[in-house]
Amino acid sequence: MDQLDRRLLNLIQEEFPLVARPYQEIGRRLGLSEDEVIRKISKLKADGIIRRLGGVFEPRQLGYTSTLCALKVPPGRLAEVAEVVNSFPGVTHNYLREHDYNMWFTLIGPDRRHLEEVIRAIKEHTGITEFLELPVEHPFKIRVNFDLEAEV
Amino acid sequence: MPRRLSEVEKNIVRLFQGDLPLEPYPFRLAARELGLGEEELLARLKALQREGIMRRFGAALRHRKAGLVANAMIVWQVPEAEVATAGRKLASFREVTHCYQRQTRPEWPYNLYAVVHGSNRQQCEVLARRLAAAIGHYNYRLLYSTAELKKESMRYFVEDWGPPPRGGPQ
Repeated sequence: MDQLDRRLLNLIQEEFPLVARPYQEIGRRLGLSEDEVIRKISKLKADGIIRRLGGVFEPRQLGYTSTLCALKVPPGRLAEVAEVVNSFPGVTHNYLREHDYNMWFTLIGPDRRHLEEVIRAIKEHTGITEFLELPVEHPFKIRVNFDLEAEV
Repeated sequence: MPRRLSEVEKNIVRLFQGDLPLEPYPFRLAARELGLGEEELLARLKALQREGIMRRFGAALRHRKAGLVANAMIVWQVPEAEVATAGRKLASFREVTHCYQRQTRPEWPYNLYAVVHGSNRQQCEVLARRLAAAIGHYNYRLLYSTAELKKESMRYFVEDWGPPPRGGPQ
């Protein structure tokens, strides 16, 4: 990735133009042709740097609810437990973290009852009992883009 | 309470939670599928964004592949009376991508969460110290991620969620 790629990524994360010919508009701002922008984005997708280009929606505004869960999984069972956890479509992010609570995942669903059902099913299928569920009390910031130009 | 979305709006969500085509007029085809004019679709997308229903429109990245290999969730134990001020302060840092107050548990006293990314752990640690200096030196710890087991965009309005999940593999 060069400096131009980083500028392009910052631009299309934060200010993707909602106009009829967005790639032409992006090109205008970066001094590239529409075709060059399309080719650069295709390459960044092929390289796995861009996961998706589209809308990022706010679950609560769509009537959905979400929560964060943390599990203490014995090291030998990580793959097997991850398979169960990840099998639920409402599990959108799942990370291993350096802590006794080593598996952290976010869960989205249409209501509280659904979240509780999924959590109960995960406990039942995995037998994991050390399980924290940590719902949000107050969101202060949800910025899902990453500043790539500020990197030193 | 969030307002109810119209069927057209739900269809917009269903379509744009997928991937925008890489062709000169990417919204034209979408508009046709939705039975809307191109201009009307663009106006509706802007309205959804203005209302905060769509957080943003654009690229979702795999930050590890983009060179931000260190990711830490910093959890803080802040007195209840201070948590709103501390949360707002943490959120004001450009480097903090997510900041939430969450419920505590007897075995988990941390109530304030800030997610940060950096190109290495040292950057995350330096940042954590700056954050600590800004909000007051409460008990905190950094939880680094060591593996990403799943990262997907949620797919809304795709099925009838009616029955509770029987769930799990098999």
